[in-house]
Amino acid sequence: MNETMFIDPQRCIGCRACVAACRECSTHKGYSMIFVDYIDRSETTATMPTVCMHCEEPTCAMVCPADAIKQNEDGVVMSALKPRCLDCRNCVNACPFGVPKYNSAMHLQMKCDMCYDRTSEGLKPMCASVCPTGALAFGTYEQIVPLRRTKPVNAHVFGNQSVKTKVYMMLPTDADEVRIEGCGVFEGQVAVEGAPAVGESWIDAQVEESDKSNEF
Amino acid sequence: MSKVENLASIIDRFGPHLHDEPYGGWSAERKIDKMVPTHCPYCGMQCGMNLLVEKNHVVGVEPRYDFPVNEGRLCPKGVTAYLQTHHPDRLMYPLIKRNGNFERASWDEALDLIVSKFKGLQEKYGKDSIAVYSGSSLTTEKTYLVGKFARLGLQTRYIDYNGRLCMASAAGGNNKAFGIDRAANPWSDIPHAEVLIIAGANCAETFPILNGFLWKQRDNGGVWIVIDPRETATARQGDLHLQLKPGTDVAVANGILNVLLNENLIDQAFIDNRTNDWEAAKTAALNYPPDVASEISGVPAEKIIQAARLYGRAKTGMIMHARGIEHHSNGTENVLSYINIALATGKIGSEGRGYGTITGQGNGQGGREHGQKADQLPGYRSILNPEHRRYIADVWGIDESDLPEPGVSAVELFNKMREGEIRGLLSICSNMMVSLPDINKVRQSLEGLEFNVCIDFFLSESARYADVVLPGTTWSEDEGTTTSGEGRVIKINKAIDPPGEAREDWKTLQEIARRMGRGKYFAFESPREIFDELRIASKGGKADYYGITYEKIDKQDGVFWPCPTEESTGTPRLFEERFAHDDGKAKFHAVEYKGAAEKPDEEYPLIFTSGRIVHQYLSGNQTRRIGFLVQQCPEPFVEIHPETAMKYKINDGERVRVISRRGEGIFPALVVKTIRPDTIFIPYHWGEELAANQLTNAELDPTSKIPEYKACAARIEKIHSRELPILGEVRKGTSRSEIQQGK
Repeated sequence: MNETMFIDPQRCIGCRACVAACRECSTHKGYSMIFVDYIDRSETTATMPTVCMHCEEPTCAMVCPADAIKQNEDGVVMSALKPRCLDCRNCVNACPFGVPKYNSAMHLQMKCDMCYDRTSEGLKPMCASVCPTGALAFGTYEQIVPLRRTKPVNAHVFGNQSVKTKVYMMLPTDADEVRIEGCGVFEGQVAVEGAPAVGESWIDAQVEESDKSNEF
Repeated sequence: MSKVENLASIIDRFGPHLHDEPYGGWSAERKIDKMVPTHCPYCGMQCGMNLLVEKNHVVGVEPRYDFPVNEGRLCPKGVTAYLQTHHPDRLMYPLIKRNGNFERASWDEALDLIVSKFKGLQEKYGKDSIAVYSGSSLTTEKTYLVGKFARLGLQTRYIDYNGRLCMASAAGGNNKAFGIDRAANPWSDIPHAEVLIIAGANCAETFPILNGFLWKQRDNGGVWIVIDPRETATARQGDLHLQLKPGTDVAVANGILNVLLNENLIDQAFIDNRTNDWEAAKTAALNYPPDVASEISGVPAEKIIQAARLYGRAKTGMIMHARGIEHHSNGTENVLSYINIALATGKIGSEGRGYGTITGQGNGQGGREHGQKADQLPGYRSILNPEHRRYIADVWGIDESDLPEPGVSAVELFNKMREGEIRGLLSICSNMMVSLPDINKVRQSLEGLEFNVCIDFFLSESARYADVVLPGTTWSEDEGTTTSGEGRVIKINKAIDPPGEAREDWKTLQEIARRMGRGKYFAFESPREIFDELRIASKGGKADYYGITYEKIDKQDGVFWPCPTEESTGTPRLFEERFAHDDGKAKFHAVEYKGAAEKPDEEYPLIFTSGRIVHQYLSGNQTRRIGFLVQQCPEPFVEIHPETAMKYKINDGERVRVISRRGEGIFPALVVKTIRPDTIFIPYHWGEELAANQLTNAELDPTSKIPEYKACAARIEKIHSRELPILGEVRKGTSRSEIQQGK
C-alpha cells in the first residue's frame, strides 16, 4: 500500500467530522480512534487532529511484552491482538504521540489502524474521506504533495527520541522535522521559573472528557 | 390556561433525548440490503451520501465519492444524520392535546378535528384567520404544495416560511441588482478566483464542505479576505481579516469601493456596457474614504485599502456572503453594497469571477422559488403581477380572482397572532420558539391561538404549543428534489418506508385539503407528479424548472436552473452575457450607512450578535437529539473578550447573565481573544432558558423583512452561584411563561 495519511493542521476547522466518521468503521464499531483538540481556545480557534502516525519503528510495539502489536508489510501498526493483550498498558504510556487507548470493557489496547479493512480494499479511511478541508488526506506522496503548498515532514523529535513515521505532517516549507520541546525532563531543558501555568479552556475539557483519558 | 402545562412530562416522553447508536447497536452483525444514494438533510451544500439499508432500516452511512460537490466529504452533522431516522424521540402516531397532555389519536380523529376547527374559525372570522408557516428544509415539491395548499386548500392569504429568517436579504439584494435571485456561479468556480471576499460567513462552522473549494483556491495560489466581527476558524485561515463592528458592513463595503475608485481599479467598460445607475453608487461611495469607513466600522483603514487593492488588482475574484451581513434591519443594503463592488470591478459572469450567497437551509434556494413566500407564486412569480396571477390560476384551474392577495412576512405573521387577526395555525418543518427573534413575544403569539396544528417528525419546542401534532417523515423516507446553494437541483431518494403511522407530509396536506372540500386541486399520486406540475407552473418564470426532470437530475448529477426546455442542460453560471432585468443590465444602488436599529448605550453598552456552531443545525430540533453532536457542545456559551471579562470580573467558564431590552439568559462565559471587546456572541440553536433569541431584536429590514439577529444592544452581569437555577427547576409542571408571569 503506497498510500498514507497526510495531516495538514492549518486546514483543521475543528468540526470533528473525522471523529464522527471513525466510529462508523466496522472494525471498532462505535469507538473513535482519532482525536481533535483545541490548541488554546482562549487565544485562537485553531485545532489539531491526532491519528496514529504509524511509526517506522513503533514504540508501542517495541515495549509490548506480549508481542501483541503488529506492523504489517505496508507499515501500518495495528491494534493489539486480543488473545495476546495483557492489559499492561505499556503501549499506552510509551507512545510519544499519545495515541493508543485502553478499552477497559474489552481488555484491549485499541488505536487507529489506518482503516485497514477499508484501505486494503481500495477505499479511503473514514476520517480522510469525510474531512471537509483536506486537513486529513489519504493518498500517495506523488498524488498529494503536488496539490499542496506545504511540505510533507515525517521526522519527529521528542526530546532525546527521534521517530520516523509513515504518516506525514504538512508543514511550512522551511520545516524539516517536528520538534517537541518540554515534554519531560530532558538534557538541557529546565522548567522556566515564573512562567504562567497554561490553563485549559473549560470548553475543551467539557467536550473531550473522554479523549483526555487514555481509556475508552 | 397555558398551552404548555406539563413541560416536564412532555420532555420525558418526546425529548430531546440523546441517541447515539445505529439501529440494532454498534455491534450488530450487518447484512446490508442496499446502499441508497441521496443527499444530506441539512445545509445548502446538499452533500451526496449513501445510506446503508438493512431490512427497511437505515443503519449507517458511507461516503459518496461520485457526487462532484463533496466527493465523499461530510461534516459531523452529515456523518451522523442517519441516526435521526430510528431515533426513539420520533413521532409515530398523531397526537391530540387534552387537558395539557398529548394523547395518542387515530389519523381520522386528528384530521377530523383539524378540519372542523379550521372550518369553524374560517366561518367565524373569515378565510384569512388561518395561517400556514413552513420551512426551507422541505423538498421543493413540498414547498410548492404548501403554497398551493394555503392558497387553494385553506384559501388564506397568510403563508410565509422560515427562509424569511435566512436568505431573504440576499434575495432582496439579488433581485434588485441582478433581476434574479440565485448564486451567480457554481461552487466549482471558486478555485479559479485569485481573491475571495468572504463576508459574514463562517464557512468553517456553517458550510464545512464549502471549505474544500476554498482550499483548492488557496492551493492554486489564491487569497481570502474575511470580513467578520469574530476571528472565526474561517477568518483565522484567511489572509486578511477585517474584524468589523456588527452592523457596519455598508461602511466597509463603501470604503472598499471608495479605494477602488480612487486607485482606478474599476472596470469602466463593464460599467458602461452592462450596468445602470453607476453614478449614484459612485457618489455615495465617495462619502466613505478609508478613514471614515474605519471610524464607523472599527477596521483599520490600512486593512480596508489592502482589501480593495487585493481584490481590485486581481484578474479574477468572487464575493460570497451569508447571514452575517444579511441578518440586519438593513440586510438588503448590506448585500447591495457588496454587489456594487463586484459590478464596479466587472468581476462577475465568468469562471472565477462571480458572486453568491451561501444558503443556510438545505433547500434554502428551492424553498424560496415556488410559492411559499407571502408575496410570491411558483417560478418566482409575483403575486401582485396580474399576468403572473393569471398564469398560475390557469395552471391550477381556478379563476384569477380566487387567488388570495399577498400576506405578510414571518415575524409579521406572528404579530398578527398576538393581535388576534390570525386565530389558527398550521406549521410544518419550523421551530419558531427557537428560530424567531424575541421569542418571549412568539410564545405569546402561540399561546393566543385558538387552534394550532404542527406537522413534524420530532416534537419541537414549538410543537409543544400545538393542539394537534401530526407525525411526518425524515428525508430518508420520501423522495423529492432540493436546490442547493449554487442553484443545482438535486434529488433526494427514498431509502425506507416511514416508521409507525408516520405519513409523508405531502399526503397529509392533500388529505386535509380533501377534507376541506378542495381535493380536486390536490390529486397527486407521487412527488414526481407534484414536480411535473411545478415544472409547468414555473415555466416562463424567473426560476424556470420546466426542462428539469428526475431522469435529467440523475444523469447530470443535478441540473442548474434556469432550465427552460427539455433540450437544455441547465445554467451553472449566470450573467455571462446579460443580467435578468428587462434591459439585460445590472443595477447599482446608492447605499448609505445606517447601522443597527439598536445601538449600544450606557445601559446596554455591548453589541450582542448570534450565529451557529458546526455541531448543530438551525433550531436544533434534529441535531440536539444526536448524542455525538450534543457531546461536542452540550450547551450555548457567551463569547467575551478578555478585556471585557476583566472589566466585569468574569472568569472563563463562569455563568454570566446576558440582558437585552427583550429578555435575559444565563450562559457560561467563553473568554476568548477571537471576539471584539465591544461585542459578545451566543450560538442560537437552543430553546427555552438557553435561547439566544430571548435577546434578539425583531426589527425588520424593509425590503426583505428579515429580522436583525446579528446586532442589538446588551449588557452582561456577573452572577453568584446562589442565583443559578437548580437544574430542571423550570420543568416542574409549570410552563416557562407562567414562571415569567410569576405564577
